[in-house]
Amino acid sequence: MTFVLALLAAIAFAGGAVAAEPPVASSCDVPDRLLPTDEDLAHVGADVKDRRRLAITVVGSGSSALAGPDGARFAYPAQLEQSLRDRMPGIDVKVIAHVPSRQTTADMAAALPKILADDQPALVIWQAGTVDALRGVDPDDFRNSLDQGLDAIATAGANVILMNMQYSPRTDSMLSVAPFADVMHWVAEQRGILLFDRLGIMHYWSDEGTFDLYAATTGYAMARRVHECIGRALASQIINAAHLDAAKMQTTR
Amino acid sequence: MAMAPPPVSTASERDLRLDLFRGLALWLIFLDHIPDNIVSWITIRNYGFSDATEIFIFISGYTAAFVYGRTMRERGFVLASARILRRAWQIYVAHIFLFTIFMAEIAYVASTFENPLYAEEMKILDFLKQPDVTIFQALLLKFKPVNMDVLPLYIVLLLLFPPVLFVLLRHPNIALGGSALVYALAWRLGWNLPAYPNGVWFFNPYAWQLLFVFGAWCALGGAQKLGVVLRSRVVLVLAIAYLVFAFLVTLTWHFESLDRFMPGWLADWMYPIDKTDLDVLRFAHFLALAAVTVRFVPRHWPGLKSPLLRPAIVCGQHSLEIFCLGVFLAFAGQFVIAESSGGPVLQTAISLIGIILMVATAYLVSWYKGIEARSSPSRVKSRDADLAGGEA
Repeated sequence: MTFVLALLAAIAFAGGAVAAEPPVASSCDVPDRLLPTDEDLAHVGADVKDRRRLAITVVGSGSSALAGPDGARFAYPAQLEQSLRDRMPGIDVKVIAHVPSRQTTADMAAALPKILADDQPALVIWQAGTVDALRGVDPDDFRNSLDQGLDAIATAGANVILMNMQYSPRTDSMLSVAPFADVMHWVAEQRGILLFDRLGIMHYWSDEGTFDLYAATTGYAMARRVHECIGRALASQIINAAHLDAAKMQTTR
Repeated sequence: MAMAPPPVSTASERDLRLDLFRGLALWLIFLDHIPDNIVSWITIRNYGFSDATEIFIFISGYTAAFVYGRTMRERGFVLASARILRRAWQIYVAHIFLFTIFMAEIAYVASTFENPLYAEEMKILDFLKQPDVTIFQALLLKFKPVNMDVLPLYIVLLLLFPPVLFVLLRHPNIALGGSALVYALAWRLGWNLPAYPNGVWFFNPYAWQLLFVFGAWCALGGAQKLGVVLRSRVVLVLAIAYLVFAFLVTLTWHFESLDRFMPGWLADWMYPIDKTDLDVLRFAHFLALAAVTVRFVPRHWPGLKSPLLRPAIVCGQHSLEIFCLGVFLAFAGQFVIAESSGGPVLQTAISLIGIILMVATAYLVSWYKGIEARSSPSRVKSRDADLAGGEA
């Protein structure tokens, strides 16, 4: 009898544990078409293969951060760092985030030279567009700011991944992000750089029922899971685009 | 050289094609205004450069010239101007009414929706904290919520229309040339109207006026002048070739894998295809569409009398009412989708119900205007003006 009770308790405990920490990797996979890897991340490859390290800088605004207790630990920059460390053991991965809220792309472009000089990253993840859409920045000015910042990143000898806005269905009818997303697609295409299509990926998750992005909640659980999934997807894109998959890592050792 | 204005093209009978295509454009605008609507895959913006907005603005210019051109010729500049400005005022009031509905929706979302994931996006609601500024800027047409850009454009175009029409009636080609010059200067010098809190108008009036004035020019005899061009086989072939080209380009937007077939030099030259400033590629795409349409749908095409097309025609005949209703229904539909977490079935249902409501309302308005016209004999003679003038 005690044995049965203990068994039941164990099952209940395990079940509870599973419910609290659902296995993310299997449930928020992103199809390849949404994670382009056709531009080489040469600086990232060199950093990892030659120096056994990877320095990444995230430049963005409020949607790259999470409020709440330990927000920074659960936001996607930290999740990306964790995911890369898990997948490339022995490599010293460091992700630094510069993500004050309310930064427009022009603000970030102006701040980039100093950030690049301080951090010396091999890769910059530049999240842009949301604040510009909020403020109604002229898309032409937005494009000029992007070009200015991307020039600075190229000059500093770093690779870059542009990240666009979140898919936010509840604010769709008030906040028009499409013109800015179009500019980012076009700039990425024209300059031959990678785009992390956060808008498309979150849209895919919403369509697939991975997340109910319409849901109203004051809790942080879903926001953290979304950021975790974004961090993982980013890690996959970086590893694939820089050809850092496990097999190759073995041969370089 | 005071030459008499040319007679308006067989002005007695209304060209039902205008109503048909304006009605269809209104349906497409409604479908496109529901974000992520699966049904919006059928709308023309996915198959070429231009979209329903071009059709709407062109036909609006055409009917405005058709109706007020006759008034200006028969009753003089002052009365025609007064009617045009009255129309602009009606549209302004309609726009502010829609803005009020929009504010109600926003306020509701602000008080019910919360999600830490969207802390940044929700800052769009901050303007509720300073309604004094927001409402004032909306009254000035500087603050325009998403999808509420078309009517302000229309208002500005009508405000400037009296002098344009005056010149169009006397020297149509000079008026059209002037319009093209303004368009070119706007591109060259970056003209646009300022918006609040930042940036510029989504539909640049300096650029989009070209389509409106071109429509007006066509209504005042330009269409006949173009008749020779439009009947030429070469033009038809060129137009179809361009439409096919645009279609192939749009395919590369929808299917990432096709992108590699797009030559780099072509992409560099072509992109971005600017909607705000009415990109030449968009304008050309509209011209090609119009050329092909006019060729295959002649003015007295029997299909225009078919009951199947009647609903679209009736919608096109009451465009202001139906346009506003469409904007409202898009808000409402979006709201229902959000409240029930979406889904393709719901999107399809909302799209269908929306169009049915638009058609039903158009019939209702049509019936009511008919009653009014019959009951006040003094208005009968302006029946056509009401039909179109109500709807210029």
